[in-house]
Amino acid sequence: MRAYWAIISARFRTLLQYRAAAVAGFGTQLFWGLIRVMIFAAFYRSTKSSQPMTFPEVVTYIWLGQALFAMLPWSMDGDIRAMMRTGTVAYELLRPMDLYWTWYCRAIAMRIAPTLLRAIPLVIIAMPFLGMKLPASVGSGIAWAAATVGALAVGCAITNLVSVSLFWTISGEGVSRLIPVAVWVFSGAIIPLPLLPGWAQSVLYALPFRDLVDTPFRLYLGHIPACDIWYVLARQAVWTVAMVTLGRWVMARGTRMLVVQGG
Amino acid sequence: MTGTIGLYIKYVAIAIRAQMQYRLSFVMSAIGNLLGTAMEFLMMWALFDRFKTLNGWSLPEAAVIYGIVHVAFAIGETIPRGFDVFPGMIKSGDFDRILLRPRNTVLQILGQEIQFSKVGRLAQGLCVLLWGASALHIIWTPAKIALTIGAIIGGVCFFFGLFVLQATMAFWTIDSLEIINTLTDGGVETAQFPISIYRPWFRRFFTFVVPLAFVNYFPSLAILDRPENATLPALLSWIAPGVGVAFLIVCLQAWKIGVRHYCSTGS
Repeated sequence: MRAYWAIISARFRTLLQYRAAAVAGFGTQLFWGLIRVMIFAAFYRSTKSSQPMTFPEVVTYIWLGQALFAMLPWSMDGDIRAMMRTGTVAYELLRPMDLYWTWYCRAIAMRIAPTLLRAIPLVIIAMPFLGMKLPASVGSGIAWAAATVGALAVGCAITNLVSVSLFWTISGEGVSRLIPVAVWVFSGAIIPLPLLPGWAQSVLYALPFRDLVDTPFRLYLGHIPACDIWYVLARQAVWTVAMVTLGRWVMARGTRMLVVQGG
Repeated sequence: MTGTIGLYIKYVAIAIRAQMQYRLSFVMSAIGNLLGTAMEFLMMWALFDRFKTLNGWSLPEAAVIYGIVHVAFAIGETIPRGFDVFPGMIKSGDFDRILLRPRNTVLQILGQEIQFSKVGRLAQGLCVLLWGASALHIIWTPAKIALTIGAIIGGVCFFFGLFVLQATMAFWTIDSLEIINTLTDGGVETAQFPISIYRPWFRRFFTFVVPLAFVNYFPSLAILDRPENATLPALLSWIAPGVGVAFLIVCLQAWKIGVRHYCSTGS
């Protein structure tokens, strides 16, 4: 257990060094957020009918999304890809640790460290100046925090599925491009799911991606009542267990047929 | 001049052959690019599906705007891709080698990398553009066809210019400046909706400082016969593509200054 904790904290400290990238990321997130707020503002101005989410709710939703952008499982671990290409993954297999959980710990650090660097300055700007609001109530805030931990668990399981797929594709070109699409569209990161057509909602509510963005953010807004947190956490737990099991099974098959190139 | 074009064609042929060595990877990248960028249209469609109209613009009209900028960006990020990887060449000192060769620096940088997987964005942009145009029953006069093609060429030049500008800055900063990405990727994101929906300061910035509005917004007003045309100078839509070309020429001048200023990192 201590070894895994050491991996998380070592990776975490390494990733906190990328401050220039964080500044650039902060600028990009701010710009992107501004565009999206203006687009939604124009659409809301164009209609008189009432919508499933109010415009101020959407604004808070967008800034929350920009702040927590780095937490979504939209990228793969570059070091793991390099390991697969160069064959140093063989050393990883020799270590007296479970490879799946080692990678899972790397994923946790990879999602938290850059998020902290970007989220704090973004919220400091967005709260007073750009219309982002506090959680709807204390209960909503606590429920959101809990669901965010759950979202991290789901997200790292997805990240690991992508990493494990490298046993087959090596370059990861295809998977690394398709996963972000699924994550963006299906999680509600681009458009809040309540604004989508009904049939799309019923499909997306059944998928795990929703628990990355949709449920935590709507708990924050009070759009999903805080008392539903147990249902959300249960969903997240079931999906995490399912994807971890799948990931471990795929990894076991992958390591059995692994051929390390070079010498 | 013919030698220059001949050399560029050779670069293209090499790039195609190199990328065809990993055919599956190429196909996957192209499909990934297609789906990844088509998602933007999906978002636009979903918003129109819910809100029906956007400041008096319908979905097919917005689709024409969207299509032009996506097609322009697909080509405009394929050709000057070498400029995108240029900061790495400065760091490694590889630019010294380029300076030693008796050929134009711009041409050689262009030859460094050409990524054809952006054909995915090109395909979806073109489909959206043609769908929008056919849904609107646009009467394609020769002038309108010329303006559409001109707008795309102007847009290619505009994005080309931004990549050149980004590379030029690396002469001073050594490192790559991510901030330009907000103008390239962010520019597409911005310009896939009519620029008139944004706030005035934002609109002015993307009209007068960075001439993004000339890529697709102004030409589309004439192509779609939009009512906004009445309040604007009649010729504006027709000369808009020229602004993109002028922008590229200015950026290439900046590049020349950068090359003169260059001193090797010496590694």
